[in-house]
Amino acid sequence: MTDTTASPRPSAAAGPAARRGPALLPRLAPYLQAAPLTAVLLLFLLVPILTIAAVSFWDYDSVRIYPDFVLTNYTELLTSPVTWKTYLSTLKYAALTWAITGVIGFTVAYFLAFHVRSTTWQMVLFLLCTIPFWTSNIIRMISWIPFLGRNGLLNSGLISAGIIDQPLEFLLFSDFSVVLAFVHLYTLFMVVPVFNSMMRIDRALIEAARDGGAGGAQILWNVILPLTKPGIAIGSIFVVTLVMGDFITVRLMSGGQSASIGLMIANEISLLQYPAAAANAVVLLAVVLLMVAAMLRIVDIRKEL
Amino acid sequence: MSDSRTTTTAPATGLSRRSLLKGTAAVAGAAVGSGAITGFPTIWAQNIKNITLRQFGTGVSNLNAVADKVKEDLGFTLQMTALDSDAVTQRAVTQPKSYDIADIEYWICKKVFPAGALQPMDVGKIKNFDKIVPIFVTGKLTPESAIAQGTAPHTVGFVEGKDSVKFAKAPTQWMTLIPTIYNADTLGIRPDLVGRAITSWTDLLDPAFKGKASLLNIPSIGIMDAAMVCEAMGAITYGDKGNMTKEEIDKTLSIMTEAKKAGQFRAFWKTFDESVNLMSSGEVIIQSMWSPAVAAVRAKGIPCVYQPLKEGYRAWGGGLGIAKHLSGLELEAAYEYINWYLSGWVGAYLNRQGYYSAVLDTAKQHMSADEWAFWMEGQPAKTDILSPEGKLMEKAGAVRDGGSFADRMGRVACWNAVMDEDRYMVRKWNEFIAA
Repeated sequence: MTDTTASPRPSAAAGPAARRGPALLPRLAPYLQAAPLTAVLLLFLLVPILTIAAVSFWDYDSVRIYPDFVLTNYTELLTSPVTWKTYLSTLKYAALTWAITGVIGFTVAYFLAFHVRSTTWQMVLFLLCTIPFWTSNIIRMISWIPFLGRNGLLNSGLISAGIIDQPLEFLLFSDFSVVLAFVHLYTLFMVVPVFNSMMRIDRALIEAARDGGAGGAQILWNVILPLTKPGIAIGSIFVVTLVMGDFITVRLMSGGQSASIGLMIANEISLLQYPAAAANAVVLLAVVLLMVAAMLRIVDIRKEL
Repeated sequence: MSDSRTTTTAPATGLSRRSLLKGTAAVAGAAVGSGAITGFPTIWAQNIKNITLRQFGTGVSNLNAVADKVKEDLGFTLQMTALDSDAVTQRAVTQPKSYDIADIEYWICKKVFPAGALQPMDVGKIKNFDKIVPIFVTGKLTPESAIAQGTAPHTVGFVEGKDSVKFAKAPTQWMTLIPTIYNADTLGIRPDLVGRAITSWTDLLDPAFKGKASLLNIPSIGIMDAAMVCEAMGAITYGDKGNMTKEEIDKTLSIMTEAKKAGQFRAFWKTFDESVNLMSSGEVIIQSMWSPAVAAVRAKGIPCVYQPLKEGYRAWGGGLGIAKHLSGLELEAAYEYINWYLSGWVGAYLNRQGYYSAVLDTAKQHMSADEWAFWMEGQPAKTDILSPEGKLMEKAGAVRDGGSFADRMGRVACWNAVMDEDRYMVRKWNEFIAA
């Protein structure tokens, strides 16, 4: 790619049409600027994805994979009730996490953007939100386990306070703990873009609404929410794609009792069933792309930014 | 990497006579000390120090202590990489050039060896071959004992020829893996919390332990534990637990799924640490477990027992294989290493961790009489039993779980296995986990 764009330059400069040289460069400049990223994306994103797509049609046994063109990987995947069940449970996690992080993220961003008046405090509080990110995802996740366990802090606290007699079993290794961990890990991904959108809202619009006689709820619903939509859309893309592809949170927090698509793929890879894993990955990619496309249909990010 | 490889095999030039003599003497001395004289020409000794062999395997036996001792006794460098079982399988098959010695399990060998990443070993070059525990050669611990079900090591222990990847029915001149480490697994329990004697594999599904049981989620191993339970319940009689038919797989997993839906299991674990945490936090009081994990729970001062059960044990074994690409001096070094491995020091080290070594006679020479009696003969310890690192493992008077070597390895009901219906089994196992 860089070859074809770079090669005309010396000849143009040296040849008779020397005046074309300076005229060509400004036209080429943006392409040259985009070239490194394009090359990186081609090499490290597009090529691997195409490889995965190709491998998903290969055949395999417990030892090797065979270059071939078979559809068994897809038929086995799509006709299995497990796949549907797993997609359903993954979508359930994604929907629950999205709804909860959406509400929390919007509330926190609203507080930061409209209640905190001084920019200094806004920044201080915003940075406070990022403190949990100073430790690794897995550490923050695992620390829930002793807290929620049967003999964990929460259960023993509730028992000694006389609120319950038996430890609450649903707290750990359940859907509850999985969603809790997701919300804990990903809420900031919602807060940041929503906050960013809110900060761009012209405060005069809110004043105008108030002068026009709108109440607080009306302003929120008719002014702030529509203007925050791009932020919500970006946050939603973050949260949904992260949850759809996650496998370690689901495995650790459900105690291996629940399945997710990511976990299914991880299992297949660990058993050397690469073509099956590739087929699964292609389907997952398609589903996530459809979800993102649907979100982008509701909110035109380019127009709103 | 291939560059450094060629330089190490090239004959050393410009070496002074003095340093040559020194080097030869040191290595020869070390070799005498470890009893590993094999009659290689002395030209060998000048180059051997430049050799690096790269070994990978599970954390069970890929210990830095072994690499240090190799440097000390044999003079060359052994680089150890410890991975989990899944990563070991993947690396063995997909990156055959990235290692020289593969420390893999026998059931994985059934998958890996036909892929052509390893080369068979010439039995004639293995000094202690005839002292290897017969389980790995004939499948029988004693001439009378029955051959256990599953991927028994002797079924994947030999191939038909030097370049063959086809497993031989009877011992041949060409061995796939040199057995290094093996053990008989059973259920781990919390004696303080189960509140009664545990005697059978069926206890895993006892409704009394509802929400407090766990199973490991490595399909090839987990299915064997499940099969031990189903057979003990009398629900299924298997032709071969290690090579089930589709119907047997369906039936086994439907029993387990039913139990799962009834809330029998608290969690499924995949790594060593997870099983230790489940047990020590009291989330789980009965589960499939590995013996060092039981030791790790006990090391925290929490009672935990590796409970022998009347139906017998599910066994596993690992061994060293040589990568296909190894040749010349490095191949000789690999044989030297394997001979050293069977010469006793490592054997004693492994025995002291509660595993078993492939050649017992030589290991015995490296253990005290009391240690031998405790670990191998099932007798009460006369003195405190220390781990290989010198930490206190058992106080004087303690008796090992499951008794003597013959009691444990003589009561193996099945080996970890790869089935013909592996692909089907894994699919069904995933259904069970997702159910």
